[in-house]
Amino acid sequence: MILHIFSNLLQTQTGHTVQQAGSDAHAMAAAEESIGEYIITHISDHVLVELPPLFGIDVSITKHVLMMWIVAGLMILLFSVLFGKAKLVPRGLANMFEAVIVFLREDIVKVYLGHEGKRFEPYLFTVFFFILFNNLLGLVPGGSSPTGNISVTGGLALLTFLIGIIEGIRAHGAFGYLKGFIPPGLPLPLIPLLFVVEIMGLVTKHFALAIRLFANMTAGHVVILALFSLIFLFKSLVVAPLPVFGAVAISLLEVLVALIQAYIFTMLSGVFIGAAIHQEH
Amino acid sequence: MTDIAMAFLAAGIGAAGATMAGALGIGKLASAAMESIARQPEAAGDIRGLMILTAAMIEGAALFALVICFLLAIK
Repeated sequence: MILHIFSNLLQTQTGHTVQQAGSDAHAMAAAEESIGEYIITHISDHVLVELPPLFGIDVSITKHVLMMWIVAGLMILLFSVLFGKAKLVPRGLANMFEAVIVFLREDIVKVYLGHEGKRFEPYLFTVFFFILFNNLLGLVPGGSSPTGNISVTGGLALLTFLIGIIEGIRAHGAFGYLKGFIPPGLPLPLIPLLFVVEIMGLVTKHFALAIRLFANMTAGHVVILALFSLIFLFKSLVVAPLPVFGAVAISLLEVLVALIQAYIFTMLSGVFIGAAIHQEH
Repeated sequence: MTDIAMAFLAAGIGAAGATMAGALGIGKLASAAMESIARQPEAAGDIRGLMILTAAMIEGAALFALVICFLLAIK
């Protein structure tokens, strides 16, 4: 009842406004529609090269796929050139990457994965630099970050999930791994319920891993695009300094967020894999 | 009100709620971090790192709600 009155009130108000403002509101509404589309087209993926589907999966090369290939080539080039000949004391750029890798090793591998963490170092470091370069590529003009695509982040989270399960089964055996979800000394009727809750918790944690990265990247780009679309909305260049400075500030924040999100993804991957190996229950 | 109008309204209110909750959580975190740094300035480096990390995780929760608002606004 109250909702009905509320909606009626809104309808009369908007009708009144449109009649009064006339063409101005119309132009603004039209501009807003195209702004929404402008933001959405810049966030989503475009197909660059159309390819026939392989086993029923569409494998056309899209912009995000091209960006990921660029990042992969960059990483292979960078790390093979910098660390090809292993020197005891690295200089220059290799020193910077070595500092980052040592920081990751001290903070993530040694803390969460313990003495058998050496097996997971390749995966964790690769995923860190992959996500970092992917995130940063979105800030380059003409580039878009593939981690702003839920499929990419979902794939990375799926990798962490699979590694956790496989290592958990390898460490404790299939039945032992499943038994590790249940804390000891629990009354028998509660065991199925708690088991379901724990499995759901496991899936949710990895799903949150994917969504956290995806939402951070997409939200940052949407804010930048929305600031730029203010210029189109007002249809004048006089308002240009404000959105441009705002976009520069937010881009700097985006660099920080790119670093932090890559670190958080890697750290949580380490935590989840460690939790699968050392089940404390 | 049409369905699309309700969806947009819900998206707006949801975004406001998500931002408020995220800001509240991070504010509490920041105040605890400030107090502990004031207590023990030598631990400032460790606390700063942990603060940024947990702030990003809380922001992740706020961004879940933002994703749902996006889905509402796009439909």
